[in-house]
Amino acid sequence: MSKDVWVVVETLRGEVLEITYTMLAAGRGLADGLGGRLTAVLLGHNAVPLASTLGVADSVTYVDHAAVADFTPDAYQRTIAGLAKGAAPRAVLLGHSSMGMDVACGIGIELGTPVIAACQTLDVKAGKPRYVSLTCGGKVLAEGELPEPTCLVTMVPGGYKPQDGKKEGAPEVTRVAPPTALDDLKVRLKGYIEPEAGDVDITKESILASVGRGIQQRDNLKLAEELAATLGGVVSASRPVVDQGWLPTSRLVGKSGKSVKPRLYLALGISGAPEHAEGIRDAECIVAVNTDEKAPIFDFAQYGATVDVLKLLPVLTAKIKQAKGN
Amino acid sequence: MNIVVPIKFVPDLVEELEIDPSGVALERTYMRLIPSEQDEHALEQALLLKERYGGNLTVVTLDTGDVDETLFTAIAKGADRVVKVLGEGFAEGVNNHAASSVLQAALEGIPFDLILTGTQAADDLDGSTGPLLAARLGLPFVGYVTGVKQEDGGVVARKEYPGGLVAEMEVALPAVLGIQAAENPPRYVVTSLVMAAMKTAKIEEVEAGEADSSGAAEVARMYLPEPSERAEMIEGNVDHVADVLVTLLRERGLLA
Amino acid sequence: MPIEPVLVLVAFLAALSLFGYRVYRRFEHMRLGQPAGPFGQWGQRIKALLVFVFGQRRLFRFRTPGVAHFFIFWGFLLLLPTIAQAIIEGVFPGFVLPFLGTFGPLALVQDLIAVAVAVAVLYGLYLRLIAKPERYRGSHQAEGILVLIFILTIMVSLLVMNGVRRDQGDSAIGPAYWQPVSAFIGSLLAGLSAGTQNTIGQVAYWVHLGVVLTFLVMLPGGKHFHVVTSMFNVFLRDLRAPGRLPPAPQFDGQAGVKNVEQFTWLQMLNWYSCSECGRCQEVCPAYASGLPLSPKLLIMGLRAHIFERGTALRAASSGGASGNPSAQAVLEKRLTGDVISDDVLWACTTCYACDQECPLFIEHISPIVDMRRYLLTQQRADPMLMSALANLRRYGNSFGQSDRKRAMWTADMTPPIKDIRKEPAHTLWFVGDYASYSPTLTTITQTTARVFQKAGIDFGLLYDAERNAGNDIRRVGEEGLFELLAMKNKAALANCEFQEIVTTDPHTYNTLKNEYASNGSADGSPTVPVFHYTEVLDRAIASGELPIRRQLGYTVTYHDPCYLGRYNGVYDAPRRVLDAIGCRLVEMPRNRDRSLCCGAGGGRIWMDEAGVKERPSENRIREAAALDNVQYFVVACPKDVTMYRDAVKTAGQESKIEVKDMIELVEEALG
Repeated sequence: MSKDVWVVVETLRGEVLEITYTMLAAGRGLADGLGGRLTAVLLGHNAVPLASTLGVADSVTYVDHAAVADFTPDAYQRTIAGLAKGAAPRAVLLGHSSMGMDVACGIGIELGTPVIAACQTLDVKAGKPRYVSLTCGGKVLAEGELPEPTCLVTMVPGGYKPQDGKKEGAPEVTRVAPPTALDDLKVRLKGYIEPEAGDVDITKESILASVGRGIQQRDNLKLAEELAATLGGVVSASRPVVDQGWLPTSRLVGKSGKSVKPRLYLALGISGAPEHAEGIRDAECIVAVNTDEKAPIFDFAQYGATVDVLKLLPVLTAKIKQAKGN
Repeated sequence: MNIVVPIKFVPDLVEELEIDPSGVALERTYMRLIPSEQDEHALEQALLLKERYGGNLTVVTLDTGDVDETLFTAIAKGADRVVKVLGEGFAEGVNNHAASSVLQAALEGIPFDLILTGTQAADDLDGSTGPLLAARLGLPFVGYVTGVKQEDGGVVARKEYPGGLVAEMEVALPAVLGIQAAENPPRYVVTSLVMAAMKTAKIEEVEAGEADSSGAAEVARMYLPEPSERAEMIEGNVDHVADVLVTLLRERGLLA
Repeated sequence: MPIEPVLVLVAFLAALSLFGYRVYRRFEHMRLGQPAGPFGQWGQRIKALLVFVFGQRRLFRFRTPGVAHFFIFWGFLLLLPTIAQAIIEGVFPGFVLPFLGTFGPLALVQDLIAVAVAVAVLYGLYLRLIAKPERYRGSHQAEGILVLIFILTIMVSLLVMNGVRRDQGDSAIGPAYWQPVSAFIGSLLAGLSAGTQNTIGQVAYWVHLGVVLTFLVMLPGGKHFHVVTSMFNVFLRDLRAPGRLPPAPQFDGQAGVKNVEQFTWLQMLNWYSCSECGRCQEVCPAYASGLPLSPKLLIMGLRAHIFERGTALRAASSGGASGNPSAQAVLEKRLTGDVISDDVLWACTTCYACDQECPLFIEHISPIVDMRRYLLTQQRADPMLMSALANLRRYGNSFGQSDRKRAMWTADMTPPIKDIRKEPAHTLWFVGDYASYSPTLTTITQTTARVFQKAGIDFGLLYDAERNAGNDIRRVGEEGLFELLAMKNKAALANCEFQEIVTTDPHTYNTLKNEYASNGSADGSPTVPVFHYTEVLDRAIASGELPIRRQLGYTVTYHDPCYLGRYNGVYDAPRRVLDAIGCRLVEMPRNRDRSLCCGAGGGRIWMDEAGVKERPSENRIREAAALDNVQYFVVACPKDVTMYRDAVKTAGQESKIEVKDMIELVEEALG
């Protein structure tokens, strides 16, 4: 049985996505615990430069082909499955993301390999590799052993600091030919559509007043806007608010939106589901206001209160104005 | 365009969740099961596609609990057929590997061009039903889809990436798409139409074949997260909370 | 006076036929409508006729216009004999109406009232031309002014005719003291030659006749049709309790009204009776807030539509649709969407101010709800509303919270509150969604429980078995959901033992009291009395069971909730409670049945506020803040607490006035 760990690198338009580094940090710990090698699997076209930050891995397996220049489920699934079939690594880590989730199950069925989803941390206990996964909106945790001899794992951010998985300097890069034919693909990339140019780039703001379902009405947004303005920040949002059309997608924080690193993140009426929590991992200080004391957001926040956010906002804005005036 | 929408029932997160005495699974006795939110989006997207392009819409679900009302509601919304798959032990919970194998068998004899299902569900631990079903059927899968249109004998799916970027993927049919969000919020159909469906429509029942649940990892322990890593809670009324926050902000130099 | 009898006869018959034909056409359109009734309760109907039609009771709610209209109405009736006289004597010269044409006292009344009518008309013209009140906006101004001029002309010409006759000694009324005004007019003309006077008399006659007959022909065409229909409309009106919406019919499995002929003929009679006075518009909170709803324009729109559609259907069936493009165009108009737009229909808070204000007893809310039912089947509603309905259907409350959390507010109550599902109690307290789930309101609910306990009331709750009672669900048009929730509530109630029900929420109060027992679906619910908590407090204070130890001495104002006040007539019990606890009540200008709705009803609390320029709740707080020295704005409805506390902040009145629920003051007064 192999002791090697693979991490499938996620790239998007010439950039390595952050989840890759989380996976490399996890993979490093796992490989070291098992006494195996950590290999980063990179697919792309003329993409060798992207290997330059994968130094945490022992080696990079690189498949270069026009058909995998950009992610498409069919091409990536065939390639990764083909690579894994021969090598049968102990664990293959993919992102629990728009890319990883598209292919993990298909690879699993093709290889007869089990799949573990939404994994947050991996470690080795008594020589056995173990997983901890998040489920039910972050309200429940499940843990167990990684099935033998091979297992696929899709990973969510949060269990590791991405900087722990990032190291300059490309490890040895082994170029391999695509293991299976990449013609007659059933899914092709037609093109990308840029997100609407928002008036603000929330990833560059240091203070965010973020609103969720608890804001209840479009009209109440102005309460958050006033608070944000008073603090010199801007308003961002979780998915339900953007889905209603009350704010543009450029303000969306979370898995499908942006990851933000503000000094202060006010989570106002946000429950804190994993998809949102992903986006605020790196916030310096999170203050959460939600009337549900069991809301998962309180697991990520430094400070919390269960008062009604609609009552709090005007009062807080007024007091801040006062404090700033002094 | 003939579409199939498999719906999975998941624990309602509005309720308190408890672990059962075995320590490896959720307590299901008092659990309220609801259709997975993204499966409702998948149904909505399917209804939109039916309105645009015509065709037959079939909704399938495993009989894991009180599923009938959801099926009749689907009829009231515009589905043509609803199928309930009966199987032993479904009420105790079915993992996605087993569910997808059951669905694969159940779909034999139902012609379709497209399968739409939620891109993931709240209690997915062994992958998601959509890609598992696609793999078993040997069909292409694209997930995180927020828009679908017909084009040149196939479909073009809008796939969401982080940061709001969208990729348009051309997909050959038949295929499976994992819906993240439909183009419109799931519609509300008035109760009188659901009641009418209950009187006039029929739920087709089929027996499940062998369920292949291999492919899921064993759960050694299931538990609720410890509150110890939680936030420092500020008690008191709005005024007090605001005062504390102002002090906090000042201490952190955020009131400059 | 030499008159051409033939001319008169021809004119009269022509006018009468035209009038008759126009009435017939409108009647025919009403026959397209659905059945109405059953009727019955004839005594009550006759009484209503006397009070509201002959007594003109509702007119006086707008004092001066009411007085003016009173005279115009009575003038009309009392002067009818003179019109008959004029027509008949035109055909049969020298004819005098027996008794009515010779009775002195009647002539006196007629003389005086003709002047009163003229003055009233001048006031009306002043309103139309100078004062131009907002409520006339959208009404047919030209028609209004024209008819006022007609009436003035009829009065003047009558007095001139009489005056000339008196001068010529030709009056059928003997002594001049029975016709002082006519005599006076006559004296003004006395200096003229007989020939001139004759001519004047003749001209006056023809003007009189001409205007009367023109008015007759015009009558069915516009707002003055109410002259004919109002009596029938008031007499035949639905006598059900205001708080009970009529049952929802279905057409081929289709809920709600899609086409205008799916309304009842009685609803259509309503529209034909609309005089475009605009009083409904004046008291409508949605209209005042800047939303597109005007109850008056709604009715006028429906009236115009039934007429054009009836006409088009007739043209299509007789001549064939293809040959008549304009009829086709009318037939393709959608009732909801083209004639009445969706946001007009969703703007209504169902506060009942319009229905109550209307002197002609036109129902505005019932067609709105009928059309809303249809809109919901088409998903043409605010996504927030639909999401609230989805929560209500799944969880039985609009908050999307578990039913198991409904009674969480009771957790720390000592002694613990009885579970009425398990043991009997005298009073079943049906708490309501807002009081149970809203984090800011649960403290008030707990206060209420403590006060009930101090009053020694033996009460219990349904705990988790309680569901939203459904008042506003019915009013947004989701009849099926109402029935589903009512069925669950009734099933829970049927298993309990209790003698009365008390609610904290007036909406819950209204539907439990008026719509549960009489609903056709799921029976088994005993008909027990339903009380609002203020009524229960009133009773307990009066009997001494709730001892008031402190007199608070506050100056307060009280806001009558729509569903407690206007809908169910409970005005005095809350006021007695305030008095008993030593509060000095200063009434707002709009109090009791003129209370201004907070804007949350009719499902509006579940809808986006887009389009609202000034919230009714802010308007109301400003009204209260303008009173002298009022410390507290007292409410008796949980939604009012939320709405008005918000409004105090957004209107910037925190230093002036504070919102308190009555129960908070009562607890304070318990010492």
